[in-house]
Amino acid sequence: MADISQKSNMGKKRKTVEYGRYGYLFIAPFFIVYAIFQLWPLVYTIWMSFMEYYSKGLKEIGPNFIGFKNIVNAFITTGKEGAVLFDTFTFKALGNTIFMWMLNFVPQILLSLLLASWFTDTRVKLKGQGAFKVTMFMPNIITAASLAVLFYSLFSINGPMTQLLKNMGAIPGNYDFMVHKLPTQILIAFIQFWMWYGNTMIVLIAGILGINPSLYEASRVDGANSKQIFYHITLPLLKPITLFVLVTSAIGGLQMYDIPSLFNVNQGGDGLPDFASTTITMYIRKLTLTSKDFGKAGAASVVLFLVTLIISLFFFFVLGEKEDRRQRKSRKGV
Amino acid sequence: MSSQVIEVKESKKSENEQLESLSKNIKRQKLFRNIICILLCIMSIFPFYIMIINATRPSAAIQQGLSLIPGTMFFTNISKLGSLSAGVGTPVMKAMLNSLCISVPATLFTVYFSSMTAYGVYVYNFKLRRIAWSFILGIMMIPTQVSIIGFYKFMIQIGLNDSYLPLIIPAVAAPSTVFFMRQYMKTALPLEIIDAARIDGSGEFYTFNTIATPLMKPALATQAIFAFIASWNNLYTPSIILSSSTKYTLPMFVQVLRSEQFRSDYGVIYVGLLLTVLPLFIVYFALSKYIIAGVALGGVKE
Repeated sequence: MADISQKSNMGKKRKTVEYGRYGYLFIAPFFIVYAIFQLWPLVYTIWMSFMEYYSKGLKEIGPNFIGFKNIVNAFITTGKEGAVLFDTFTFKALGNTIFMWMLNFVPQILLSLLLASWFTDTRVKLKGQGAFKVTMFMPNIITAASLAVLFYSLFSINGPMTQLLKNMGAIPGNYDFMVHKLPTQILIAFIQFWMWYGNTMIVLIAGILGINPSLYEASRVDGANSKQIFYHITLPLLKPITLFVLVTSAIGGLQMYDIPSLFNVNQGGDGLPDFASTTITMYIRKLTLTSKDFGKAGAASVVLFLVTLIISLFFFFVLGEKEDRRQRKSRKGV
Repeated sequence: MSSQVIEVKESKKSENEQLESLSKNIKRQKLFRNIICILLCIMSIFPFYIMIINATRPSAAIQQGLSLIPGTMFFTNISKLGSLSAGVGTPVMKAMLNSLCISVPATLFTVYFSSMTAYGVYVYNFKLRRIAWSFILGIMMIPTQVSIIGFYKFMIQIGLNDSYLPLIIPAVAAPSTVFFMRQYMKTALPLEIIDAARIDGSGEFYTFNTIATPLMKPALATQAIFAFIASWNNLYTPSIILSSSTKYTLPMFVQVLRSEQFRSDYGVIYVGLLLTVLPLFIVYFALSKYIIAGVALGGVKE
């Protein structure tokens, strides 16, 4: 009897091992393509950041190993007043990117939270929610490049929106959004906000609907009002999803390219006015295609990579910790 | 006794009043919220509305100000756009065709190979399974933009610059789609079905293609929509890889609209923009239900 069960066990084991090999075949295309088209370019980029490597006319100079010089140059400018940290084009572009992302994200998450709480409110039921959602989400799908050119046309000096605002007396008669730094940045942030708040709202609605309804019932029975329920039940339980939205938005925002690169730029691809709307990806592209300074572009990419890495690690740690705690708790419960 | 009855009656009365004021309050809230939502919807539509109107107006009229009534110059603007963009190298229709040539195969690759990878990790028990899965989760957060310079130089070295291949082949490795497909398999693909297929003598790849894939159809469709839109709207990688103007994709055509040749004629710019967003409008209004459901599903993947 024991013999038989052992045998069948062995048979099972052999079977899984046999089929297990197919797993490698199934995942092979993914990993091969990833290694060739993404992992190797990433390694190559990092390698380039250690090289003196650029084209001058038709002549290519380098690659010569120069250590951390490119990366240090991305962090520090050495001028007459000595070394100044973060006063470089790389960090200016990074700063512009982060600033414009924040200008878009803060109002975006607040409005999305408000709308999500409205759409899931069981006491004040809104009719036509489907139509609202479809309309608010729509800009998200449309080609960002087209939206950038559309908004540029609307808000340029003779554009219809500028004219409208002038007629309303909101701005002086000869005002031009495109020669001022902050208005340009605000407009870019607005386009991002306008494109993404619908998306964030739908994600948050899904999150709220995923919260156990009995919690709401219990709090209602205990006499909590809508405000209390929102602040003490919805918000705390929505934290992981809000965090998820924050991190994906931050990483996406760091790569911001389509809108600023077609909004207020000159023919060379610099964000006007005075570099204020140049994002880090625009800067990297310019170093690659126009300046052809690959070492410098590599260093700027490494800076972008590090910032992205820090953000995603933060995400994994905060959420991972939570998961651990939850698991430990459930184990204790058992 | 009678005084008690009166008291009870009074308290009932005040309760009724309270309820009434509460329902009034709810009504007021409802009105307020509806107004805000309608304003937001107008904000979503208004820029597109101006775009459509201005596409039908002559350039001089557009410069004079806003109008909400369409003009009559639509076809003139379209023919002008045709002659102007012929000078640049890529007419709109050619750009759309180019975009299709990239987006369709890229979408098929993403969907097929992602579900294949997810299937491999989900169904089979092999030594590196856990490591492979953690790796896929880890790289999900790394955007392609950070390695663009290495990608560009590498493509030049292997002679693939100015070709569509570097825009299509990398679609095979789409970690977030793999993640989504595996989450879906957990609920929609019982392992017993695969075992049953094995007993019936079906080969592993045959099982995947003819039994697993049909069960995954809803998820495949959602992911296909998103992959297609992402590839169609992509500007960064094509604008670095493609250099000859006959190969321009649709977003790159939009880039051309910003250039000197078009700067003087506003009507033509708006017509060009209208033509670039029109296909997406159609796709969106046909599939909005699935798209919004897909966004909601993707968000709760945590």
